[in-house]
Amino acid sequence: MNGKTDRLENRREFFRRLGRWIGLGALGLLGWPLLGRRRAAPADTVWQLDPEKCIQCGNCATKCVLALSAVKCVHAYDVCGYCNLCGGYHQPYVKRLDTAAENQLCPTSALVRTFIEEPYYQYDVIEERCIGCGVCVKGCGSFGNGSLHLQVRHDRCVNCNDCAIARQCPAQAFRRVPADRPYLMRGERWKAGSRKA
Amino acid sequence: MMSGAQRPTANAAKNAAAALFAFLAAAVLAGTAAAGATAEARFPKPQFESRYVMPRAGAPPARAAMLEYLDVAVLVASLGAAGWLVLRARRRGGVTLLTVFSVLYFGFWRKGCVCPVGAIQNAALALFDGGYRAPVVVGLFFLLPLGATLLFGRAFCAAVCPLGAAQDLVLFRPVKLPAWTAGLLGMLPSVYLGFGVYLAAMGADFVICRFDPFVGFFRMSATPSMLAFGGALLLAGVFVGRPYCRFLCPYGVLLGWMSRFAWRHARITPDDCVNCRLCEEACPFDSILAPTPEHHPESRRAGVRRLAILLAALPALVAGGAWLAASLHAPLSRLHPTVRTAERVLSEDRGAARGTTLYSDAFRQSGQPARELFASALALRARFRKGAWFLGGFIGAVFGARLVGLSVRRRRTEYVIDRASCVSCARCFEYCPRERERVKKTRNGG
Repeated sequence: MNGKTDRLENRREFFRRLGRWIGLGALGLLGWPLLGRRRAAPADTVWQLDPEKCIQCGNCATKCVLALSAVKCVHAYDVCGYCNLCGGYHQPYVKRLDTAAENQLCPTSALVRTFIEEPYYQYDVIEERCIGCGVCVKGCGSFGNGSLHLQVRHDRCVNCNDCAIARQCPAQAFRRVPADRPYLMRGERWKAGSRKA
Repeated sequence: MMSGAQRPTANAAKNAAAALFAFLAAAVLAGTAAAGATAEARFPKPQFESRYVMPRAGAPPARAAMLEYLDVAVLVASLGAAGWLVLRARRRGGVTLLTVFSVLYFGFWRKGCVCPVGAIQNAALALFDGGYRAPVVVGLFFLLPLGATLLFGRAFCAAVCPLGAAQDLVLFRPVKLPAWTAGLLGMLPSVYLGFGVYLAAMGADFVICRFDPFVGFFRMSATPSMLAFGGALLLAGVFVGRPYCRFLCPYGVLLGWMSRFAWRHARITPDDCVNCRLCEEACPFDSILAPTPEHHPESRRAGVRRLAILLAALPALVAGGAWLAASLHAPLSRLHPTVRTAERVLSEDRGAARGTTLYSDAFRQSGQPARELFASALALRARFRKGAWFLGGFIGAVFGARLVGLSVRRRRTEYVIDRASCVSCARCFEYCPRERERVKKTRNGG
């Protein structure tokens, strides 16, 4: 009886050891393509959207896993024309070029303007208010210089394994970019080459 | 729903903008509406006379790589601590403390991402898609818990995984499910694993992340359906031990395979089992196996015959599963956005579908020829078909192996832990009278 139990234990221990080596081998086989096989170790990546591909469909505002999207409107000041009549700021067919709420395009009044000098106005995005809907971006792109554009803001983005907006982006504007150059902004940064990422 | 409401406004804006542009174009610069793609410099850079300094858009940096490796270090440390607590210290209290820490760190602080459960999909995508490379940190998060389990069982589940930890902390009134319910539901994780890997390998979707039940709580932000799913699981988890871990978690399947062969594994008793039966009801996860009766009710001959039949049926199950899945490859391929768009565009072109969708509009706007889209959709569908053979075969094999496993007679003379399903939570230790004696001795000794 005792001998039988011992034999059983020995057999089980043998199979366990065998399984352990197989398991170790399997981990090695998985680990090689996952960790090894890298010549120039690629930097870790984060998600970003390419404003040149973006079609301002509005998905960014609603598809992000965060209730208030990580995508926000960003203003490239050096591309902006500082116009009084702004396609991104004003409602279409607006009669009075003032800051009245009914004249503003932005649903949350996240775009504000300040008078600089005749005839120039500076436009700023208040990020806390911006929901990333892209309405102003569309207005700016179809009428103005396209200085307003959408970007994933990395102080908010939780860098999901699989970006929920990227999955549903109809223009396939999202891609992974190196974490040390995490923006695809317009303007000088854009010209400085961060676009090539 | 928001985009639907906004699109008309945006279109109106575009029309209005075009009209205004025509009015202003003469005064500003000679540009055509066709230049819309490169919208820059329709209006010249302003020449400021005042001493105005142009601000620059802020660009908050991404999380530093150093911090990502800190996460890996914390993972390694917690895995080590969990193993030590379960195997050497045998302290349930310590395990609970580590559980709380994991919920706080990997859950609320790191917002539940990256987690090894979801990393399965990165691994699958990296293996099957040459163009994708999983970040090193994600690769480590996938491999380290598997390696640790090979060493000392599923201590990762016990106290490190934030999803498991969240459920472990709400388990107040454990009830036992009927064996058949638990057994049947226990098949789900393998099926889920198969689908998760399949869809990730096809580049279609990361379903495991999408249906992560608790990440919404960790981020304190989620869609109502996510919150409802997570809330329901937590509520069920008050009575049924770790419902996600046992009946859904795909990573648990892999860990279970590793845990069977663990170098060291938690034991109920610190030394010898005295068959006192006190631990019989201790495990809320049905992971304690009772000794087998001296005389099995079924005759040996009948058992062997049944086993032989099941073993012979195993290849048939694999083949049947593979065939069934392969014949479903067309609807499965619709989970890929490219295939969906292609089908939509095709049915619009043929007049079968009225109107357009966001996706077909975007495709037409891109100027890519439809033929290219259809070609890539067809190539994807062929890939889905090939993959479906493996998926179906895997699911068939899982069912077959389960049937065979039920018929294999294993002789047990004492109460032992089922290594595959045990999450090393250390709850059963204190039920063992030998353990109590050991604790008393060490207290008196030290």
